[in-house]
Amino acid sequence: MPESEPEVSGVDIELTDVVKRYPGQKKPAVEGLSLHIPAGEIVMFVGPSGCGKTTSLKMINRLIEPTSGSIRIGGEDVSRSDDDDLRRRIGYVIQGGSLFPHMTVTQNIALVPGLLGWDKRRTAERVDELLELVGLDPNRYRGRYPRELSGGQQQRVGVARGLAADPPVILMDEPFGAVDPITRQRLQDELLSIQEELRKTIVCVTHDFDEAVKLGDRILILTEGANIAQYDTPEAILANPADRFVADFVGAGAALKQLTLSRVSEIELGQPTVAEIGDPAPDVLRAAKAAGDDSVVVLDGRRRPVDWMWTVDLSDVDNVPAPHEDTDLVTIDRRATLNDALDTMLMSSHGSAVVTGRRDEYLGVVDFQAVLARIQDGNGQPEAEVAQ
Amino acid sequence: MWDYITERNSQLLYQSYQHLSLVIQCVLLATVIAVGLAVVVHRNPRIASLAGAVSAVGLTIPSFALLGLMIPVAGIGTATSVVAVTFYACLPILRNAVVGLAGVDSTLIESARGMGMGAVRTLFRIELPLAWPVILAGVRVSAQMSMGIAAIAAYVLGPGLGSFIFTGLTQIGGKNALNSALVGTIGVVLLALILDAMLLLVGRLTTSRGIRA
Repeated sequence: MPESEPEVSGVDIELTDVVKRYPGQKKPAVEGLSLHIPAGEIVMFVGPSGCGKTTSLKMINRLIEPTSGSIRIGGEDVSRSDDDDLRRRIGYVIQGGSLFPHMTVTQNIALVPGLLGWDKRRTAERVDELLELVGLDPNRYRGRYPRELSGGQQQRVGVARGLAADPPVILMDEPFGAVDPITRQRLQDELLSIQEELRKTIVCVTHDFDEAVKLGDRILILTEGANIAQYDTPEAILANPADRFVADFVGAGAALKQLTLSRVSEIELGQPTVAEIGDPAPDVLRAAKAAGDDSVVVLDGRRRPVDWMWTVDLSDVDNVPAPHEDTDLVTIDRRATLNDALDTMLMSSHGSAVVTGRRDEYLGVVDFQAVLARIQDGNGQPEAEVAQ
Repeated sequence: MWDYITERNSQLLYQSYQHLSLVIQCVLLATVIAVGLAVVVHRNPRIASLAGAVSAVGLTIPSFALLGLMIPVAGIGTATSVVAVTFYACLPILRNAVVGLAGVDSTLIESARGMGMGAVRTLFRIELPLAWPVILAGVRVSAQMSMGIAAIAAYVLGPGLGSFIFTGLTQIGGKNALNSALVGTIGVVLLALILDAMLLLVGRLTTSRGIRA
C-alpha cells in the first residue's frame, strides 16, 4: 500500500427539505432537513434522543420513507430506484454488528455480494480481504459463528459486512455503542485507519459527542425535529459553539475535549530499547544500560510489540523470553487521540504507552511529558480558545 | 401374545407402516399450513393472540367427537382421518411458529432489510431459520399427539394400528381381545418413539450450529 493520498471512493449525499411526518403525530419527526454531505468524509449525526437523527439516517437508505423532500446520492434521486437495489449499494452497520446468529462469519459477510450475484471465488477472496482489513485472521475466524466471537469481534465483522460489496456510502447507527470503552477506542481507531485507505462517504449516528469529535470530519448537531443547531468541523464547533444549546451539548471541559482532536501521530515518540524474542539477554541489557533505560519493549518476528519487560527481569535469563500466556500488552494506535493515550498511560505500570502503526507494527512509546508539551503547544493556537 | 403377533406379522407391519405414513404425511401438511398461517398472522399482535387462543381451544375438542361430527360431511375412511389428524397437528405447530417468529430480534430483520434483502428473502433466510428450533419443538409435540389421534381415526375406518385397538375393545371377553388392544397400543407407543427420534435427527441436521442449544 503506497502512503500517498488514496482516491476518494465515496460519493456525495444531498438532502433537500426532507420531511418525515408520522400519522397521528402533531409535529413532524423531521421538519425539513437540508444538508450536503461531501464525498469521502465522515459526517457524525449527534443530538439528544428523539431528535430525529436516526430517522434522518434511515431515510437515506429508505428504511424509512420520507414524507416529502428529496435525497440524492451521487446526484441520483433515491426514490427513483428500487429500494432493495438501492440498499445493496449502501453499506449498513448497526449497533453490536447485528450479525445473523445462524450464519458463519463468511456467510454474514458474503450476504450482499451474494445478493448482487458475485461468483463464489470472487466472494471468498473478498471475505478474506475484508477480515484482514478489520484485523481478524481469516483462517481462524472465517468459519466461526457469531456467538463464538467477542463483542468487539462481532462489531468488526459487522463493519466488514457493511463494506462487503464496496459501496460508496456507508450508514452507521451507533456502531460502537455495545462494546466496552477500551474496545470502542480500538474500533474507532480501526475505522479511521480503514477510512484512510478507502475514503468512503460515511454517515454515522452517535449519542456520544466525544466519539463524534474523534471520528467526524464534520459534525451535525440536531435539535428536536431534526433542526440543525450547527453543522461544522469538530474544531469549529468546539471553538465556536453556535448557541447555548450547542454549548450545553458540547458540555463542560471543551478545552479538555481538544485532546480528542489531537492524535498520537502528531507527537514525537520516545524510542526506548527494543528487543526481539530470543535475542541474547546480556546484549539487550548492555544496550538498555547504554541508553539509560530500565525497561525493554519486546517485539515478535513481525515487529509487533508483545511485552514490556523491566531490565531486572532480564538479568537472570539467557535469552529474551516469549511473553506469558496472560500477558496482554495494551497498545494504542498512532491514530488514537491524546485522550485515549492518557487513558492508556494511567493504566500502564510504566506510565507511558506503546504506540503501533499499520498492521500493529511497533512505532515507539508516548509518555506524559510528550502529551503535556503537545497540549501547551496547542494552547498557543488561537482556535483552541473556547469562545463562550 | 407372542403367538398373536407372529400369526399376524405381515398385517401388523402393514398397519404400522400405514399408521406412521398417515401421521408423517399429516404432520408435514400441518407444518406447511401452520407455518404459513403463522407467517400471515404474526405481524399483527391481535390476530396472533387470537391464533394462540384458537389453538388452545381447538386442543380441548375431543378427537372422538370431532371424528363423529365429520362423518356426515367427509364420509367414512381415509379422507376423514387425514382431515382430523391434520387439524389437530396444526394447533401446536401454529402456536410455536407464532411464538418463534415473534421471538426473532427485530433489529436483525431491520438489518436484513437494510442490506437489501426483500421481505420474502428475509422470511426464508433470516426469520424462518431463526424460528426453526421453536417451530420444530411444536412439530415434535404435534407428532406425538397425532400418533394417538390417528389411532382413534380407526373409528371412521381410517388406516393404521387403531383397528387393532377397536377390534380388541369391541370383542371384550373374547379370546384375543386383550392381545389385540395391547398390540395396537404398544405399537402406537413404539411408533411414537421412533418418530420422535427421527425428528430429533431432523432437528440436528436442519438447525444451524450457530443457534443450536
